[in-house]
Formats: sequence, C-alpha cells, structure tokens
Amino acid sequence: MEKAIVLAASAIGAGLAAIAGIGPGIGEGYAVGKACEAIARQPEQSGAVTRTMFIGCAVAESTGIYGLVIALILMFANPFLGKL
Amino acid sequence: MGLKEVVVNGPKVSFEIFGLKVTETVVLSWVVMAVIIGLVLFMTHNMSKTNPSKKQIVAEWIVQTVNGMVKDSMGARNLHYAPYMATIFSFSIFGSLISVLGLRPVTGDFSTTLAWALITFVMIQYAKIKNDGIVGYITGFAKPIALLTPINVISELATPVSMSIRHFGNVASGIVITQLLYYALTSLSTALGLSFPVFTLGIPAVLSVYFDLFTGFMQAFIFTMLTMAYVGSAYPEE
Repeated sequence: MEKAIVLAASAIGAGLAAIAGIGPGIGEGYAVGKACEAIARQPEQSGAVTRTMFIGCAVAESTGIYGLVIALILMFANPFLGKL
Repeated sequence: MGLKEVVVNGPKVSFEIFGLKVTETVVLSWVVMAVIIGLVLFMTHNMSKTNPSKKQIVAEWIVQTVNGMVKDSMGARNLHYAPYMATIFSFSIFGSLISVLGLRPVTGDFSTTLAWALITFVMIQYAKIKNDGIVGYITGFAKPIALLTPINVISELATPVSMSIRHFGNVASGIVITQLLYYALTSLSTALGLSFPVFTLGIPAVLSVYFDLFTGFMQAFIFTMLTMAYVGSAYPEE
C-alpha cells in the first residue's frame, strides 16, 4: 500500500515537473521571432543572427531540461522507493 | 515479439578490471577516440604544398573554420584554444551520432558530459586567474559588494552543472522518446491485430533525423560555443 502511494505520487510529480517546459517554450518562441525580424531587416547578417539565436535558445532551454531530468529521475531511478 | 514494456536502462557494465567496472560508455568512448584519431591521421597523411589532395583540402577547411570561429568569439590572443575546441566538438558529435548505428550514445551518460564541463570549469578559472592575478581573482567574487559573495560563488559553480545537464538531458530525452515511440508503435500494431509491427518500419527513422542528427549536432555546437564564450569572456582582449 505504501509502495503504491509512493509510486502514484512519483508519477504525478514527474508529470508536474514537465510543466517546466512552458517557460522555455515561450522564451524560445520569442527568441526565434526576434531572430526572424532581424533577418528580415538585415538578410546579410543571417549567419551571425542564427548562430546567436541557437545559443540563446540553448541557454533558455536549460530550465526545461532540469524539469525533464527530475521527471526522468522520478520515473526510472526513483530515490523514494529505497526509503520505505 | 515487440516490446512488452518501456525499459530505460543506464549503460551496461561491459567488463571488470581489478574490481573497477568498465561500462559500455567507456568502451564506446575508446571506439570513438580511435575512429577520430584514425580519421585525422588519414586526412593529414601525405600532405603536399604544391598538389593538395581532396582530403587535404577538407582538413585545411576544418582547421580554418575552427580557427576563424575561435578568433571571432575569443579574440586572436586565445587562438591556442582552437585544437581543444575542435577536439571537444568532434568527440561530442561522434559520441552522439553513434546512436544512428544503434549503439548507446556516449553523451547519453552524465559522467561524460560532467567530465567535459569540469574541464571547461577549470579552464574558465585558469583564464580568470591569468587575467586578474590570484588576488584579483579572489576579490573578484566580492564585487560589486561583499554581500553578493555567496551568489557569485554559486553562479560560478552553476556553470558546469548547467552545461553538463543540458547536453546530457537533450541526448537522454532522445533515448527515452525513441523507446516510448517503439513501444507505442508496437502496441498500435498489436491492437490492430497485425502479427508484424508494421508501423515500426519507417516512422522511427524519420524522427531519428531530429533526435539523433539534429540534436547531436546542435548540442555539440552549443557546448563548444558556450565553452568559447565563457573562456573568452574570462580572458578578454584589451
């Protein structure tokens, strides 16, 4: 019974951790939109703009990746089951 | 037949030496290193000034591109970092792309990316000490006011953590999603009463273009660019 509760709570927690994907989604959308505007204004700078955009996207993405890592830990390497 | 449940495991232990567990990741890293060394030796073999062969032109293009990128983002006086950047880029991209061959990607193991991020961390600290001197380096943490010292230390320590987790998380999520996809497609075939999982034939290959090729290339590029940016800003040109 205890194990079932812990497993259910871990599954819910993993699902909640995936909410962290919302922020990076909005942020990356902003970055890509601004990059499109910049390329439309200055097409000759498209290489530099794209490179900078990808790095910015990667940095914005890291919070979402933290949530993903926590979800993965809860699902596949659950630390709470050992404490029962 | 097919997958009964979703199984995601860590790297398997290949063999043991003196009680030291050598995992799949380590063995595959050796393979990747051997492949890169072989490729480089092949491309730089029989170079000539007057009559360059095709492989020599490719090798020269690679060296020029890396040198140009390092010069652009780190400045001319940091040009000696270029070989390291090329090494980390090629190791990362080959380490991720072996998943195309059905092997476990080297970068899908947190140990690998953490090791690289720690090398970057040491390089950043070395560049900072070289730029500010040992006294300036230590007092640099108490800027702009002494109250912010713990926050500065934490933000310094967060750099390797975020870099390694970013690379690991991207590649590992690819592994997990591929497993889930195979499971879903197999159970879809079973639900439709097909004796052979028809859907697993072509669909995973299309998605693998994103999860293996694009992610592998992008993460290698981003890891290298971030290393360059951090080290370059720690030791800027006057």
